[in-house]
Amino acid sequence: MTDMPMSNPVSGATKGTLMQPDARTRRRNAAEKRFRIYGATAIGIAVLALVVLLFTIFRDGSGAFRQTYLAIPVELNAQVLDPKGNRDPGEMSKVLTLGYGKVLDAAVEATVARENIQIEGLTEAEIKGLISKDASAQVRSRVLADPELVGQTIEVDVLANGRVDGYFKGRVTLASAERDNNTSPQQLMLADELRDRGLMVTRFNWHFLSNPDASDQRPEAAGVGVAILGSLYMMLVVLFLAVPIGVAASIYLEEFAPKNRWTDVIEVNISNLAAVPSIVFGILGLAAFINFAGLPQSAPIVGGLVLTLMTLPTIIISTRAALKAVPPSIRDAALGVGASKMQSVFHHVLPLAMPGILTGTIIGLAQALGETAPLLLIGMVAFVKNFPASPPEGLFDPASALPVQIYNWTQRSDPAFIERASGAIIVLLIFLFCMNLLAIYLRRKFERRW
Amino acid sequence: MPLSWALFASLLLAFAGYLLGRSRAFAAAGPDVRQLHSRPTYHGASVALTALMPALAVLAIASILRMAGVITAEAGTIVGLIALAASVLGLGWAATRIGRDFQARNAVERIVLGLLIMCSLIAILTTAGIVLSLLFETGRFFQVYDWKTFFFGTEWTPRFQGNSQLGILPLLWGTLYISFIALIVSVPVGLFAAIYMSEYASKRVRSFAKPAIEVLAGIPTIVYGLFALVVVGPMLRDYFAQPLQLGNSASSVLTAGLVMGIMLIPFVSSLSDDIINAVPQSLRDGALGLGSTPSETIRQVVLPAALPGIVGAVLLAASRAIGETMIVVLGAGAAAQLGLNPFEAMTTITVKIVSQLTGDSDFNSPETLVAFALGLTLFIITLALNVVALYIVRKYREQYE
Repeated sequence: MTDMPMSNPVSGATKGTLMQPDARTRRRNAAEKRFRIYGATAIGIAVLALVVLLFTIFRDGSGAFRQTYLAIPVELNAQVLDPKGNRDPGEMSKVLTLGYGKVLDAAVEATVARENIQIEGLTEAEIKGLISKDASAQVRSRVLADPELVGQTIEVDVLANGRVDGYFKGRVTLASAERDNNTSPQQLMLADELRDRGLMVTRFNWHFLSNPDASDQRPEAAGVGVAILGSLYMMLVVLFLAVPIGVAASIYLEEFAPKNRWTDVIEVNISNLAAVPSIVFGILGLAAFINFAGLPQSAPIVGGLVLTLMTLPTIIISTRAALKAVPPSIRDAALGVGASKMQSVFHHVLPLAMPGILTGTIIGLAQALGETAPLLLIGMVAFVKNFPASPPEGLFDPASALPVQIYNWTQRSDPAFIERASGAIIVLLIFLFCMNLLAIYLRRKFERRW
Repeated sequence: MPLSWALFASLLLAFAGYLLGRSRAFAAAGPDVRQLHSRPTYHGASVALTALMPALAVLAIASILRMAGVITAEAGTIVGLIALAASVLGLGWAATRIGRDFQARNAVERIVLGLLIMCSLIAILTTAGIVLSLLFETGRFFQVYDWKTFFFGTEWTPRFQGNSQLGILPLLWGTLYISFIALIVSVPVGLFAAIYMSEYASKRVRSFAKPAIEVLAGIPTIVYGLFALVVVGPMLRDYFAQPLQLGNSASSVLTAGLVMGIMLIPFVSSLSDDIINAVPQSLRDGALGLGSTPSETIRQVVLPAALPGIVGAVLLAASRAIGETMIVVLGAGAAAQLGLNPFEAMTTITVKIVSQLTGDSDFNSPETLVAFALGLTLFIITLALNVVALYIVRKYREQYE
């Protein structure tokens, strides 16, 4: 190395060979390596965030799909449930859930006594508190559907209390029960005994998907039924309004519009609308549809209209891209054989652009399905326990929506609702996943390269 | 609902008109259908459209009048009858027009073009609706509340019994602080992810990293919100804030900022990806040919060339961060204050819009109306950011085209 010519133009710094890089090359190579590591770290952070996010959601939410039930024989005492004794459902409906609660309390106590379970310090209230407050409503609706059951002893699977359920899922422990006013270690030990005897089981919970929301005190009965239906109605509204309007607007802007100041204004307007915060659309919905037009609050029609206005720019932008991708030779050929401009667009360009339009539409719908903020402002946070009627009247009934239901549950104090919220997120993510899968499938199957 | 019946009846009439028009066109053509100017289906369609349009117009005008309170719901039957009459008249008139030389295709195409134009005007109408509703209600707000106190007040304490302090500064500060943290997280990560993806990543890495980032982009913000509430907030409190004696709150500026930063990573990364790819390959080849390493090429050639575009992307991300709602509602807290401690709960404009407008609200009190003024402020800030960003991005794209 020492016999390098001394007349080297860059003195000192470049005393190296390919085999043995000099200090400056080493520094540059180290910088190169660092830069690569920064990039890899960035990717790593993004992937890690995704993994942690999905992991915690599934860890917290999978519990919502499993529920603890207590199987007990219930003697439907005729004196309490049907005081007049004529088995008339009209008369019997005057007996409120309170009456059924008494019957159930007796049944639980009888079961504990029959199984001969002895636990020190176990109070009567703790035994009664084993089952959900919703259980009496459960039994009541069953009896009203079939009045002949009164007087018989029936086997019922009643929902266990949220704390007991949480105990089996690991959310509540004996130590935390010590500090909890709503449960006690004795109650949980009783639940353990009942589970060992096979009376209390935790199994898959279909009711989570079909039940409506439940009040603060009974997380175990809450489900996403109304929310799924409400979201579905809103998606229908968006589908029937946003897609035709969006496609029509893009056809005009892409194929017919003259290039002048007006169309420039419309274009700038659309790209700006796409970036307006979603909550501003909620304010628009509140001011225009509810306060001005007098539409009912928390109705899917209002939510659908707001989401339509919100997704329109997305659909227009992707539809225009799809139309632009159709080569001009198609249009020229159609015009050349005597088609009118309108015919060339509707008979040739539009069908060829359809896969791209569909993909964009599905992605727009998926965006609308997960949107929460504008729905909060149009009253969708209201507590809705009744299912909306079938459309079109049902579009005006109060309903909830999946993302709003999730938000609602995060605002409640009982930690069991966090489990419900995460479970609802899993449902939402599954819907979104299916929609995106469909979009990818359509793109793969029909995409054409010109 | 008589109106929906009128709508249904006019749809039926339109369908009947289609059949009638088509058969009359066939009849007019005689034995050779080529005698017609337009194909028979166009004649049918022209009759159907002329039957449907007057009815729809009547119904639309009636519903607008009803919303404005000019007519009552009882007028529904009369309106329905008027609509039906209009529909029948239109059908009759259109049916008499059919003949060999009637240019039905041109008529139909004119109507369809009109419909297309109307649809593209809805975007304008939406903007007008947003601006008008915000301006109108904000005007009402400033009639009952002093605008100077709103814009320069440093205290936010709404009270139901009146005499509220509604200063926007603490909210604006919270919004900007949280957005700033979100940008500090998302811009480097997103930018480096895009660089790595486009310049370094092997096929294998790209095949899982690209979908992962796209999935991150498709996750609804409420999910990020819950993540902030359940995971990030308690974690920051237990491992950083409490040991460092900086605060006891799970919801904090840092919680919301971090989670929002994660949310923005895919946004920044896909925008920068476009921008980096728009830099001509010849610039890269030139730099590499002179002996620079790939990282030197990126830092000294590609990034400076892409700088305006990246600035635009950052501005767009900032506008997204400022308008983001659910993450801050669940992660940032509700206490309006001017502070520097990132472990303290602060609140943003969007949080306060939600809290002032949900539940039973009285649309005459300043406590409710202030939400519209907040909304207008938010709209103007994001609009300004977007306009500047879109201008920069467009200008930059032209540079290399």
